[in-house]
Amino acid sequence: MSGAIRDASFVWRRVSGAPRFRRYRKFDFVLIIAALSLSLLGALLVWSSTRITAGAAGDSLFFLKRHLLNLGLGLILCLIASQISHRLVRAYAPVVYVLSLVGLIAVLLVGTVVNGAKSWLAFAGFTIQPAEFVKVSIIVISATLLAEKRDAENQPLHSIVVAALGVAAVPVLLILLQPDLGTVLMILATLFAILAVSGVSRWWLIGLVTSAVSVVALIVAAGVLAQYQIDRFTVFLNPDSDPLGVSYNVRQAEIAIGSGGWFGNGLFQGTQTAGQFVPEQRTDFIFSVAGEELGFFGSSMILLLMLFITWRLIRIASRADDLFGRLVAVGMAGWIAIQGFQNIGMNLELLPVTGVPLPFVSYGGSSMMALWLGLGVILNLDATKRRR
Amino acid sequence: MKEQSILRLQVFKWFLTALLVTLIARLFFIQVLTGEDYAQLADENRIREVTTLAVRGLILDQAGRPLVENRTSLVITVDRETINELPDNGNEVLSRLATILKKPEQELRDRITPCGATGSAPPPICWNGSPLQPVPVARDVGYKLALKIMEDSLNFPGVAAEVAAERVYPAPLGVNAAHLLGYIGPISAEELADADQASGYKRTSVVGRAGLEKQYDLVLRGVDGKKLLAVDRSGKVVDEIGETQPIPGNYLITALDADLQQVVERELQRAVNRARENNFVADGGAAIVMDVTNGQVLAMASYPSYEPDIWLNGLSNREYKSLISEANGVPLLHRPTQGLYAPASTFKVVMTAAAEKAGMPLTGLYNCSPEVTISSRVFRNNESRAYGPISLARALEVSCNTVFYRIANDLWEQTGKDTMKTGRDPIDKMARSFGLGKITGIDLPSEYAGRIGGRAWKRENWERNKDVWCERAKSGYPETAKRDPVWAETLRQYAAENCADGFLFRAGDAVNIAIGQGDTVVTPLQMAVAYSAIANDGTLFQPQIAKAIMDVDGNVVQEFAPKVTGKLNTSPRVLSYIRAALTNTAISGTTAWVFPGFPLEQVPIASKTGTGQVFNKQSTSWLATFAPAINPRYVVVMMVSQGGTGSGTGGPSVRRIYEALFGIRGSTINPANAIFPYGKPRTKLPTIDINGSPVPEAEAIGRTKP
Repeated sequence: MSGAIRDASFVWRRVSGAPRFRRYRKFDFVLIIAALSLSLLGALLVWSSTRITAGAAGDSLFFLKRHLLNLGLGLILCLIASQISHRLVRAYAPVVYVLSLVGLIAVLLVGTVVNGAKSWLAFAGFTIQPAEFVKVSIIVISATLLAEKRDAENQPLHSIVVAALGVAAVPVLLILLQPDLGTVLMILATLFAILAVSGVSRWWLIGLVTSAVSVVALIVAAGVLAQYQIDRFTVFLNPDSDPLGVSYNVRQAEIAIGSGGWFGNGLFQGTQTAGQFVPEQRTDFIFSVAGEELGFFGSSMILLLMLFITWRLIRIASRADDLFGRLVAVGMAGWIAIQGFQNIGMNLELLPVTGVPLPFVSYGGSSMMALWLGLGVILNLDATKRRR
Repeated sequence: MKEQSILRLQVFKWFLTALLVTLIARLFFIQVLTGEDYAQLADENRIREVTTLAVRGLILDQAGRPLVENRTSLVITVDRETINELPDNGNEVLSRLATILKKPEQELRDRITPCGATGSAPPPICWNGSPLQPVPVARDVGYKLALKIMEDSLNFPGVAAEVAAERVYPAPLGVNAAHLLGYIGPISAEELADADQASGYKRTSVVGRAGLEKQYDLVLRGVDGKKLLAVDRSGKVVDEIGETQPIPGNYLITALDADLQQVVERELQRAVNRARENNFVADGGAAIVMDVTNGQVLAMASYPSYEPDIWLNGLSNREYKSLISEANGVPLLHRPTQGLYAPASTFKVVMTAAAEKAGMPLTGLYNCSPEVTISSRVFRNNESRAYGPISLARALEVSCNTVFYRIANDLWEQTGKDTMKTGRDPIDKMARSFGLGKITGIDLPSEYAGRIGGRAWKRENWERNKDVWCERAKSGYPETAKRDPVWAETLRQYAAENCADGFLFRAGDAVNIAIGQGDTVVTPLQMAVAYSAIANDGTLFQPQIAKAIMDVDGNVVQEFAPKVTGKLNTSPRVLSYIRAALTNTAISGTTAWVFPGFPLEQVPIASKTGTGQVFNKQSTSWLATFAPAINPRYVVVMMVSQGGTGSGTGGPSVRRIYEALFGIRGSTINPANAIFPYGKPRTKLPTIDINGSPVPEAEAIGRTKP
């Protein structure tokens, strides 16, 4: 930990007169700074992509302010989560889980359809995406279950594994109904990693992989996929066919990114961004702003930051002597890395279009808050561990 | 157990690392390795090029009087794309528009239908421009009407009012010159495909489609300017990136003189009227005045004509039909360069030269008998007149046919009839050296070459038709036999004869060619060029309407030097002999009656009449002249189809043209009254003022015309 940061927080505490937070000295500030950098970079990119349209509507800073507000709320959630004991966290996890499930059901009943998927819940002027909170709650609950009453000395009970899968299965099915395949895939991959690290027998792992493959085969064969999902995959495999106009989106994102070259056009100088050529730019295609305006250097910085955060989380996981903490860290690493891969892969025409946001960077309050909430839990656990 | 967990953690870590590194690799590929391509695509995405049309150059007469100018007009356009996407195919909008424009709805539909689409109207009416371009359906609409349409855009989707530059024909002194000036219109797909890169033609280009507008399109059109605009996704302009100013088109200075053109057009009309008074159909005519010293076309008229601005509005179906209607005399046909007529007796100058070339003495006497029998057929003189033994000069003067029949027959006997064995044809050869049978190369599009009905043509024609003839000789004409078995049999025999020996150049063919009849056809312009060459001692000039190209600042870009296309295959002695004969024609020959009181002493006129026989039609009236016969300057050729005799129809008119050219009133000559200042076509080019307007000549030379 750098002295400067310690001094800064010390000064801040002295000046603000805020109560002395527990364990702050042991926080992994490097991780926080990395995530904060991504979030602030996201703020700039969101600003750049929205300043003209928002300006036309009267306030060019509108989305910048909202993004910063979301970040602020996320930081508060992070702070709270980092201050409460992890027994309390385990106790709250089911509450968050149940609330998210209610949210998911509400979404299906009264949700707002955006891009063919019912994922949003409009609520008092805000829109909430319950699926984002489901992600964090699944991680915490499955970690709770798998770490229950043992400390990585023996394999989890089969019943526990089944329970963890069951906990994930309910929201996964609900999310499938929206339908939001990208999120489902991310959750399943992350859960698989949590199970693996929790020490389940390799037969579980083999069995899960086998059944996943068969289910995918079955789904493809039975045609359960929504038409737009088939379309997205068709477009991915054959970019010339374009039933939804999605290849237009991807194509535009690719043009914007490609035109950035080594160093980009400079922040706010992107012609494609300024011309609104990339649809959904502030959310799903925020990476294209970085690609065009910051070039290879700037946009690979985002990737390196994500990689850094991932490694940092894995590092926390590997040194955790508490299995719960390790599994939550694994879950967070999987969430951030896989979702980032999905999102940027889609921007780079490497993966089919799935509507998942880029962690910390994309505009969107639910994602931002859920991510920081998850980080808060980890900071707490890690600090607890290191204090001992 | 613990190790297993750590191991799996590491596997997971490197799995995630692999995913993110893959992205970096992909990012590198897109941004660094292929970034250039994407940068270009990005520019294509956001940069729109808007053309700023260059102002088209003016066409001036030699005194600087504008024959074609520009002006702006409010035009109503219809965007086909928008209209066709409407649920009812735009019928309601078109019908509303038709009412407000007071035009038939079908006409609007016709105009916006691209040429070549099913059910499209013929070319000038159907849309010949780019399918993506809005189609002008009405021009020169009132300001109020344009406003009404613009304000009611909900009821008129795809309809717009625009300010457009259009051509205007000031018609100085009432000249028409429609065929010469031509017109402009949207470029057609074929023209675009044929155009080379340097032309700068685009799908949306408006180009000259006929006449000088077409011939000198690249001179007149200038270079369009460009505006590079940055647009956003919805096409809204967000920035102006760059601009190149249009370069206005250059001015075309023609050798035409509005004064003279007006006289020539009027006199052609009078010749036609004169013929009609004598119960001739007079369905067409041509009159040409050229400078024999350089081939410059000073005036050229075609009858019937049409108003040059007929094209501006886009032709209606009815207008187009009337332009090509036989009953109206096909006004679209430019007779001086596209009308093909038997040259009749005007051809006798060629025969005279050919006879001399073949060794017949100019000093000899030739029998002008009332008739001559050749190959047991009797060929008669006009009205069976006889002059006895006369010189060739006198034969030209009185246009004695029998003299030339005998000459042709003698030449024919010398050279034989079998075109397969001998290609020698002294008449054909001489006619070619006079520029007949090939285009003159005048700077107008679509000129016709005509043909010489000699041996070469005979063989060529046989090669082309023998299969049909031989087939018909066997099969006969059963379809005609049903109606008229006798005629069918005649046709069959004709086919059989032609099949057997249609390649033979018979004595009858030779006799026909001798007096410019039979298969020989020429354009009036070819005769003007040929007579110019007689006048100027043997040089064939390429006729030129354009004299110079000037830019808007009045600088001379190019002056067109005279172009020599050939030399007559005869000697100055022969030409001077012919000139003398033709000069006598006006004194004591076929045109003598035209020139009583005309100061022929000072301004001797060389002339040759022709009265062409046309199967099933009235005769073609020809009058080919030049003057002064000593040191000639002008050639004047007038032709009236189905117009009677050469001198009778054209004579008085040609006389008036000369009176105007030389400033003759009655029998007195006053050069101050001549059409051209100082009595000669201008050598000085007009002056263009700082605004790009031609300065009126009176101011420019500080002299008022009396």
